[in-house]
Amino acid sequence: MQTRRNFIKALALSASIAAIGAPLGAHAADTIKVGILHSLSGTMAISETALKNVALMTIEEINASGGVMGKKLEPVVVDPASNWPLFAEKARQLISQDKVAAVFGCWTSVSRKSVNPVFKELNGLLFYPVQYEGEELEKNVFYTGAAPNQQAIPAVEYLMSEEGGGAKRFVLLGTDYVYPRTTNKILRAFLKSKGVADADIMEDYTPFGHSDYQTIIANIKKFASEGKKTAVVSTINGDSNVPFYKELGNAGLKATDVPVVAFSVGEEELRGVDTKPLVGHLAAWNYFMSLKNPQNDAFIKKYKDWAKKNGVPNADTVVTNDPMEATYVGIHMWKQAVEKAKSTDTDKVIAALGGQTFKAPSGFTLTMDKTNHHLHKPVYIGEVRADGQFDVVWKTKEPIRAQPWSPFIAGNEGKQGL
Amino acid sequence: MEPAMNRLLLRLVLFCAALACLAGPARAALDPALLAGFHGDFSSRVAAIEALGVAGGDDARRVLAALEEGNLGVVGERVLIVDGDTVRDAATGEAAEVAAADVDLITVNNRVRRALSAAHAALSLLAGERGERLAAAQNLSENASETLLPLFERALAAEKDEAVRGVLTRAMAKVNLGAANPAKRLQAAEALGESSDPAVKNMLAVLLQKNGDTWAEPDIAVRTAAEASIAAIDRRVATAQHIGTVFSGLSLGSILLLAALGLAITYGVMGIINMAHGELLMVGAYATFMVQTLFRSYLPGWLDWYVVAAIPVAFFAAALVGVAMERLVLRHLYGRPLESLLATWGLSLVLIQAMRIIVGPQNVELANPSWMSGGIELAAGVVLPWNRIVIIGFAVFVLVLIWLTMQKTRLGMFVRAVTQNRPMAGCVGVPTARVDTLAFAIGAGIAGLGGLALSQIANVGPAMGQGYIVDSFMVVVLGGVGQLAGAVWAALGLGIVSKFLEGWAGAVIAKILVLVFIIVFIQKRPQGIFALKGRFADS
Repeated sequence: MQTRRNFIKALALSASIAAIGAPLGAHAADTIKVGILHSLSGTMAISETALKNVALMTIEEINASGGVMGKKLEPVVVDPASNWPLFAEKARQLISQDKVAAVFGCWTSVSRKSVNPVFKELNGLLFYPVQYEGEELEKNVFYTGAAPNQQAIPAVEYLMSEEGGGAKRFVLLGTDYVYPRTTNKILRAFLKSKGVADADIMEDYTPFGHSDYQTIIANIKKFASEGKKTAVVSTINGDSNVPFYKELGNAGLKATDVPVVAFSVGEEELRGVDTKPLVGHLAAWNYFMSLKNPQNDAFIKKYKDWAKKNGVPNADTVVTNDPMEATYVGIHMWKQAVEKAKSTDTDKVIAALGGQTFKAPSGFTLTMDKTNHHLHKPVYIGEVRADGQFDVVWKTKEPIRAQPWSPFIAGNEGKQGL
Repeated sequence: MEPAMNRLLLRLVLFCAALACLAGPARAALDPALLAGFHGDFSSRVAAIEALGVAGGDDARRVLAALEEGNLGVVGERVLIVDGDTVRDAATGEAAEVAAADVDLITVNNRVRRALSAAHAALSLLAGERGERLAAAQNLSENASETLLPLFERALAAEKDEAVRGVLTRAMAKVNLGAANPAKRLQAAEALGESSDPAVKNMLAVLLQKNGDTWAEPDIAVRTAAEASIAAIDRRVATAQHIGTVFSGLSLGSILLLAALGLAITYGVMGIINMAHGELLMVGAYATFMVQTLFRSYLPGWLDWYVVAAIPVAFFAAALVGVAMERLVLRHLYGRPLESLLATWGLSLVLIQAMRIIVGPQNVELANPSWMSGGIELAAGVVLPWNRIVIIGFAVFVLVLIWLTMQKTRLGMFVRAVTQNRPMAGCVGVPTARVDTLAFAIGAGIAGLGGLALSQIANVGPAMGQGYIVDSFMVVVLGGVGQLAGAVWAALGLGIVSKFLEGWAGAVIAKILVLVFIIVFIQKRPQGIFALKGRFADS
């Protein structure tokens, strides 16, 4: 009796496993799986949730137009919960368990650094959509965000120009981790090469999540009053930006006196701020939502429609930003490369990716560099408007090539050909 | 390029000023050629602003005002002003047959904004209200140069207000430092001693530079005067900066106090380590946000006062959540500190996730009311922001409220009795269970008020409370458990000490030093600054 019941149980169990397994197996034959590795909870959820949304939208768009090589894409969404070691674990799961063809994900540099060894070991493929500090070139990673020479350096050049106010003194202000520290190291060397003395540079860092910027603003004011025209370069990350800009507005530090240019503040970050006192402060990106061109109009409309259809909270006020555009471009470039290689094999796709072009919402046809895994990108500098969008006040004439190994860091001289 | 730009600005300023003086007859229409520059890049726009200044008149002023507000645009060859749905020709002021949506609005960048504000300042220096004149004088004083002297003299002759006169006199003195006449230079160097602007100090310091054997300033009397003035400015700047630091310390202290007061009550009375205290702050902040949303939709005219209306809402919302927590969970865990710690930690996660689901994971926007924006300028570079001043006042208000409740009401007496000796209070008929609930509600409500205050200066998001829980416990532990006075001293002390440390060592080191200090302090004096007297303390 006992054994018979067990036997029936086992039978039922295996039948149900087969029932689950069968459609999956059938599915796998005519779909290609891609992984989406963005934090949907924890501190980074604020920024990364939008990237997951735009990735799903892009995949839906590609499927609607016939998929890749006649196969539909099947997104596998995982949540690494803003926990850096968990990023590595989830990446491993995506590649070896779910057998995804490519992964789109990560935001902070520390999360990218933690998944890099996994992609290398398992020969996976990662598309990283956020501006970063450079000093890295992995065979298995494609960088669709900006390298320092596609964002930080042009922004500082603009501040030094007549248009930008002719700044002679600089405050380098950041959150205390690898991206701001490395960027400021590059900027310091760059400013030195332009003849700015060490005494005219003030560097300051705050912890993640810092919310009391009184002392820092007072120090900036003191520094700015000691003579020449001063500008602030901010690499403050995450929601610390809100109290920073609030304090800035209340302390009466106007953009016409001391302009602040930010590298991690976009449309999404300004949603939580009253932007009226901030009009005129700057941000440097490779894309702004306010750009006027047919690709961008279509991109914004598509995202808004998708957000409404899928019940994204506050769907009527969603915005698009630079990393979202980079995600969109990255997925499309991967699709084109797969079609060119006629395979999803990592090595073949990597070989096919170099030289791919895509008509991007930034208004330019972007090219994936043949050798260095970075996009050639246009640079825009925008001034904050009262409605939280940006007015473009300066832009490059055409996309510029990335220099992942900054020439302003010692020891990189031999790597400039990459 | 910088001097060229300044010259341009100054010329423009003078023209505008001359116009304001003469009040020339307004012409019927502007020459369209004047507006042509608005079709070009930023440089030609600045030139067009200058040209408009030359032309002057009401029409030009109207065009400049439209540009400042971002309502000036172009369509083809025409320059137009958009006013809601109607579009007018900028040159003639007549209605144009163009849809507002088709007008390509002109972008204003910081350079154009500077030119506009200089033009504006010159116009209002001679004609505006007192506040406007003062702002205009300060604006022009920053770029004071010889070309502006006649304007300053004219304004000074007409000016009655002492503050504006002072700014104008110093602005002239700045220019006169370079005069050929030593007597004039001496007078200027002396006059600048009244300034409290570090930039002026730099100007004076230039005079004292020695180049080989020759001084930058040949006259010894002027040099002595300059030295005395520099010392005076230094004193004033140093005093202002110290006041500024103490103020930021007080401000941080008041925020810590608001965050920790509620905890001081719940921890003090019930000995519960409430890990969900931060989430009660969050509930208060979201209640404030809700009130703001309601005001936006139903009472837009009263939007500036939503913060006041939010005070009771934030208090009762958080108190309600507190009562629910106490009745449903904590009540069953009295006397088991470890379990209640874990349970409240779980509750905090539940509350965070609930808020994520209900309102969304993103931070919500709370605008400062206009009466809480901006600040009072103590001296150049030291501004006391209104929102922080209001919060310090609010902290005092809440403190008085709690003190009155605790000392003057029957409930307060019960709470104190339970704090000191729970079994004995129960024996003499204090309904300890009800006192627990009410005390917890009061503590939670105060946390809600803290959330209201935080919403005016920090981020409001589902996880906002997590950042304050450690700080709150630091204040309570440092001050001594169950002591209001302890919490006050600990909060203010921590605030001021961290601000001085920050100024000296930076935010990261300051945070570390404060934590190290607390660890050492608690080892030496585990009962906190103020120890509770009585039997409770011994047990």
